[in-house]
Amino acid sequence: MRKELSDACQKLKIPVGEPNQNLYNGSFTIEGGNFNCAGIVSTSIKSILQKLGIPGDLVRKAAIVSYEAEINVVSYAKKAVVNLMVVPGSVNIEVIDEGPGIPNIELAMQEGWSTADQRIREMGFGAGMGLCNIKNYSDEFHISSEIGKGTHLKMIIQTP
Amino acid sequence: MKLSDVKDILDAEVIVGEENLDMEVKTAFGADLMSDVLAFAKSGSLLLTGLTNTQVIRTANVLDIAAIILVRAKQPSSETIALARELKIPILTTKYILFETAGRLYAKGIVGCLPKVENTSGRT
Amino acid sequence: MKIEDLVQALQLEVKCGKDYLNREVTGGYTGDLLSDVMGNAREGYIWITRQVHQNIVAVASLKELAGIILINSCQPAPDTLEKAEAEKIPVMVSGLPAFEISGQIYNLLTLAG
Repeated sequence: MRKELSDACQKLKIPVGEPNQNLYNGSFTIEGGNFNCAGIVSTSIKSILQKLGIPGDLVRKAAIVSYEAEINVVSYAKKAVVNLMVVPGSVNIEVIDEGPGIPNIELAMQEGWSTADQRIREMGFGAGMGLCNIKNYSDEFHISSEIGKGTHLKMIIQTP
Repeated sequence: MKLSDVKDILDAEVIVGEENLDMEVKTAFGADLMSDVLAFAKSGSLLLTGLTNTQVIRTANVLDIAAIILVRAKQPSSETIALARELKIPILTTKYILFETAGRLYAKGIVGCLPKVENTSGRT
Repeated sequence: MKIEDLVQALQLEVKCGKDYLNREVTGGYTGDLLSDVMGNAREGYIWITRQVHQNIVAVASLKELAGIILINSCQPAPDTLEKAEAEKIPVMVSGLPAFEISGQIYNLLTLAG
């Protein structure tokens, strides 16, 4: 039994005897409209992933996608829940917001398309690149949205 | 070159990170839009910008930017300074405009952190 | 140094204003915040930016800038080009990022004296 576990661990590149070391499962909340706090969740995610020993370039990818998503929530939504789940082989980030939703996802995914107001632009965002950056830095990206309810993003970053 | 050389070339004032001036830097990225920084800047680069809000620090942290150079004699807010200290990201401020700042560093051998953005996605 | 010298040296793609490339470039301004450019750029400067909407033409025209270079392969919006042609503002595109192109133009201008 011990041998089987050890073989399986080696296959999945999990340190033997510590099968849960690479796992993390937690949630964060983001408050819409609170521009001063934008970035706190992604900073936390970054430090959690660093502590888990995820390689630096992958930590950066995860931090970038969660940061752009966070900026979107602060800019447009009432609030959101961020779920971070780290399993052997991938980092999974889900952002589920309560907000106006996106009427035309295809249009919103086009680089340069933006509904940002002056306040967002003054922060250096709102140039219509957020969702593109999220998509480009994710290995897998899913988006769904319902008008008047909110938007659901799911990003997966593969890890060795 | 070292961050202290950057300071000298730009006649810059160190606002945060006096203890990090012997850090080595080779590349830079200049922008006022943080999404451009997130899209293109590489870790270990200098970030040259005219923005001074806390999102500049958050962006730098997310990308592991070596140091932030504020141009046009911009002074960061106390919130920005506090966050930079907390996240250990040096901030320097220079009186030069972004064009001049980039030019002076480029002339001394700092290179862009990416050579070119390919026109594949019809960027607007 | 004229705009056409920059076009040649940096292989810029000229989007509009071909008739005004013999304008003298007196300096450069790099920035994406329109109010900042309004406040600080000077007459005859070449403006390096990633902003593509038609407001950039109004800024360039008001400040009597030599022309606009769009970086990162950013493509101008169609109404930007229309307006730029009407206002006699050359618009060029480069694949280089702001740092690299600013550095190169700075060197060219410095060498030209």
